Amino acid sequence: MSLRLLTSLLLLLCSTQTFARLNILITEGVNSARPIAVIPFKWLGAGEKPKELARIIADDLRSSGLFFPISIEKMPKTPSKSENVDYALWHKLGVEAIVMGEIKPTEEVGKYTVTYELLDVLTGNMGMVGLSPVLEKRRSTLTVSQFRNFSHRISNVVYKKLTGERGAFLTHIAYIAVDYSSPYPYQLRISDYDGYAEKLVLRSKQPIMSPAWSPDGHKLAYVSFEMHKSQIYVQDIYTQKRELITSFPKINGAPSWSPDGKQLAFVLSKDGQAEIYTLNLHSKKLTRITHNRVIDTEPSWSPDGKSLVFTSERGGRPQIYQVNIASMQTKRITWEGDMNLGGTITPDGDSLVLVSRSNGQYKISVQDLVSGDLRTLTKTQLDESPSVAPNGSMIIYSTVYKGHKGLALVSMDGRFKANIPAQKGDVKSPAWSPFLN
Amino acid sequence: MNISMIAKSLLIALPMLALGACSSSSESDTTSNETNKANSAVVVAENGVETNAIDSLNLTDEEKLTNEYSDAILETTIQFGFDTSVLESRYTKILDAHAKFLVDHPTQSLTIEGNTDERGTPEYNIALGERRAMSVSTYLENMGVTSEQINVVSYGEEKPVNLGHSAAARAENRRAELTY
Repeated sequence: MSLRLLTSLLLLLCSTQTFARLNILITEGVNSARPIAVIPFKWLGAGEKPKELARIIADDLRSSGLFFPISIEKMPKTPSKSENVDYALWHKLGVEAIVMGEIKPTEEVGKYTVTYELLDVLTGNMGMVGLSPVLEKRRSTLTVSQFRNFSHRISNVVYKKLTGERGAFLTHIAYIAVDYSSPYPYQLRISDYDGYAEKLVLRSKQPIMSPAWSPDGHKLAYVSFEMHKSQIYVQDIYTQKRELITSFPKINGAPSWSPDGKQLAFVLSKDGQAEIYTLNLHSKKLTRITHNRVIDTEPSWSPDGKSLVFTSERGGRPQIYQVNIASMQTKRITWEGDMNLGGTITPDGDSLVLVSRSNGQYKISVQDLVSGDLRTLTKTQLDESPSVAPNGSMIIYSTVYKGHKGLALVSMDGRFKANIPAQKGDVKSPAWSPFLN
Repeated sequence: MNISMIAKSLLIALPMLALGACSSSSESDTTSNETNKANSAVVVAENGVETNAIDSLNLTDEEKLTNEYSDAILETTIQFGFDTSVLESRYTKILDAHAKFLVDHPTQSLTIEGNTDERGTPEYNIALGERRAMSVSTYLENMGVTSEQINVVSYGEEKPVNLGHSAAARAENRRAELTY
């Protein structure tokens, strides 16, 4: 027994090790995406430009599905200041907005001043007095290691200015990587939303499941089988501090944070079948939410924190139900298809994202919570684990791509699709972080 | 896991089987080792004659087990249909053998691992895998095994034996595994 304990504890907490990045492969673009020009930033120093911000910004805007950054070869000119822009040239190309900027070395070695501007081409082309085409102009001093995140910040500013919605480019995803050839086949990793800067959070010889972000983006709840049974842990991703939350007999699964971060909902089967419970993380008070003799699982909080959606077999096949936590009143909310699972309500509270099984195929779908209208978003199959970006614009999910489990992105309207395949082994169970800025 | 590994894991956990048990004289023989314990030939000298035991039970681990509990004891995988935890009748022979073994060895415990194929969500599959393991557990308990002897764990779709995505691969992955 002591040997078994020892071997099962051979897992490593680590936050510095990095891996090759995941690559986004766009499989379906959007014809109606808005043309935009992201001009390579002008380097005002000697030697080579330290890093190209424009490519990161263009990739961000493209992967939102809403914008179409034109290629550099198609750009009539590559100005770096709004004073030098001939708006008519860009207007003729149908370009709606221009992002441009300059990188200048400071007197301090390794630090740079980055200036950028966002221009509205239509306003500039009209040339009306008193109406500035400059939508945004900012300056910041930073080191090269800060360039990538700063580029995502610029993308957030551009996205907000042009759509009115908050950008989700400065966010992370957590996911499970499985590589059976590794001595630690099961790994919990975090990367930037675009797959860059992948970092190991936990690795184990036994499965890890169901990562879930705390609302402040500092902690992950997850399920680990390191003791040859399921247990729920919460780990601070910055301090590596790890807390065992539940270790009841049988299932301890599917953790989900309440929007205020004070409670966890999860699944226990200690009293028979899988049932939904909530735990007050401060008082440790455990409350049983569901009572029946069939499977209830996959709890997910509504954005207002007043209800939980969950999957239940109480009607025969798995369907999605919603329970009001104060009144315990429960209603079924999905009716179409053979079965519906893995439901989560979008941040605006208007829609339910779910896995819908129809004709034996599992696809990511979205249901309008008012009309009940269900739309299938994906063309992939064996889709599971949908997780919605904090601004509600995109869904990341797990699917099978070329014989391997990989991640994929689909925009909420279903018009933009991309695959993020694993470099090695499988990746699955993605969880999109809250806003980090 | 191959057959001999399964037999070995069963035997390691076992108090020595009655079959082919060594005599006490050979147990206390300081020169004996594992090999000649199993093949003990005891020489007894009395009244000027000697008798010599013939080693008639030179059985493999598998043979010792199957003699007592039938070949079915070596089978440790129970498979299931899609999205169901109903036990198929072809597995009763296997489960009966394990039940008899566990009833004969009341201090022996068994872990039943429930598994599913990749279809459906990982969280739903954990619950489905547990239901499969519980079907096996209920059957064994009905055959006289105590609940204290049984430990149930569900791995859902997390531990496939076949990494493929074909119908055959999925069928192989929908299973409960008995591990001693």
